[in-house]
Amino acid sequence: MAKKGDWVRIHRVVLEADERAPGLPEDTASVPLEMWVKGTLLADAEIGDQVEIETATNRIEYGRLIEVNPYYTHDYGKFVPELIQIDHQLRALMAEDGGDK
Amino acid sequence: MKLAKDYASVMGRNNEIMKDALELNYEEFESGELRFDYEELMKSTGYTLEEVERIQRLWGVGHTPMLELRNLSKLARKYAKPGYGATILAKDEASNPSGSFKARRAACAVHHAKKLGFKGVMAATSGNYGAAVASQAAMQGLKAIIVQECFDSKGIGQPEIIEKARRCEAYGAEVVQLTVGPELFYTYLSILEDTGYFNASLYSPYAIAGVETLGYEIIMQCRERYGKDPAMIVCTSAGGGMITGTVRGARKAGADDTEIVAASIDLVGLSMASDKQFNLKSCTTGHTGFGVPYAVDPDHSDVPRSAARPLRYIERYVTVTQGDVMYITEALANLEGLEKGPAGNTALAAAFALAQELPEDEYVVISETEYTGAGKHIQPQLAFARERGIDIRFGDPQTEDKPGENIILPKDPSYIKVRDLDVDRMRRSFIRRACAKRDIFNPCEEDIKFLAEETNSSVEYVKEVLASLNK
Repeated sequence: MAKKGDWVRIHRVVLEADERAPGLPEDTASVPLEMWVKGTLLADAEIGDQVEIETATNRIEYGRLIEVNPYYTHDYGKFVPELIQIDHQLRALMAEDGGDK
Repeated sequence: MKLAKDYASVMGRNNEIMKDALELNYEEFESGELRFDYEELMKSTGYTLEEVERIQRLWGVGHTPMLELRNLSKLARKYAKPGYGATILAKDEASNPSGSFKARRAACAVHHAKKLGFKGVMAATSGNYGAAVASQAAMQGLKAIIVQECFDSKGIGQPEIIEKARRCEAYGAEVVQLTVGPELFYTYLSILEDTGYFNASLYSPYAIAGVETLGYEIIMQCRERYGKDPAMIVCTSAGGGMITGTVRGARKAGADDTEIVAASIDLVGLSMASDKQFNLKSCTTGHTGFGVPYAVDPDHSDVPRSAARPLRYIERYVTVTQGDVMYITEALANLEGLEKGPAGNTALAAAFALAQELPEDEYVVISETEYTGAGKHIQPQLAFARERGIDIRFGDPQTEDKPGENIILPKDPSYIKVRDLDVDRMRRSFIRRACAKRDIFNPCEEDIKFLAEETNSSVEYVKEVLASLNK
């Protein structure tokens, strides 16, 4: 249950696949154009409901409620061992003849 | 009466929406069947270099440090013939308020919007420009909406773009995120029409005027510190605004002998409009997927006539690989203590190779660094690529690189090389497209002169290309 006034994220299909612009690659043409926007929920609702929100610029947007208190999950990713190999190689190269030519 | 908001109706009102959202009538600059008066368009901003500098200073933009990359320069010298290996300098644009040179473009665009009385600004960008507009809007007291192409149809977003969304939201902007496709422009126009906001396009004359200070500063800083102009400036190239503004600014500083080189990451074979290929690339800008189309046809952006016209200024255009840029980004952090990039380091990878072509008493400048952070960093970008099945390994990028299939990290720095793009072919393509777009294949003398200016060539050259097209 999401309450009026909660900060939420909504989702909406902007263009169905058959409404999309001509000339798109086949894979893009076969899927809809989708949109995600965040804002303040204007009335109590359940996840999955069609809702209205007020965005950061006070626009009213509508769509399906998908997340309450949305947060970022991007990070520094899983360890990539090649980067350590690059570090070791660079240090070794710079150590040769003091790095000077 | 409520306006129809379906795709065809909104796109049909494109010209009126744009006119209102820029308060600039591009038709005034159209002066022939093909030609328009580019310099008049630039002058129409009313902003001289001095005025732009004043505005940027007011908002903490510009006058960034020029850093000497001593260790990378030494390393490059190891692979150069005796007496060669220019000193590499980096214009530390990451120290602008929003973390990239795009603050220069945004400062002017937002200032202009405010002067005209707009309540808010909009920009269509998945890149650093969004953060720049959001930051400047926050400073100058306007609202901002940034429209991003961010996700594929499975809802998986590029980590770099998600980070840029976070940054925009941190500055109080609204971020509208979309799946892959050029109809982003429809959503953009529709919101522009609803809000009556200013179109703070990357390609407006205000935005490009904002970059001129960058070229000017590079030249002046080089002269002050080293007593000479740089032999070369390398610009990461995507939409062409960086190179356009940098060259214009450098010329205003009187630097006529400095060679300007455009550099992009080679993403040949990947379609920028493909849903499936969207997440198979590991850089979201500074690549040939933007760089080449915008060079050969600058007028397919979000303004009727782009003020970024790279082919007017490009003398040489080189590519590097994703692996080269990843490697040099790690080297910049490890050898210089500067954690920056990654996309802005495209020019650095190229400069590392190009410095080896120049005598060691010369200077080569990369025109920007950019901020880095979670998502927008080589570690998450490589990890994201590996999760998508991209083969990441050491090797020879020149022979093994296949964008969308692998990322070849150079097995040592000697394998970082540039590949020259055929600028002549781009010029021909430009002329062909310009004519085909308006169905004019026997342009008048004035239009031929315009095409020569547009392609940094000559009237004779254009005539020869036209003759071969008409065969």
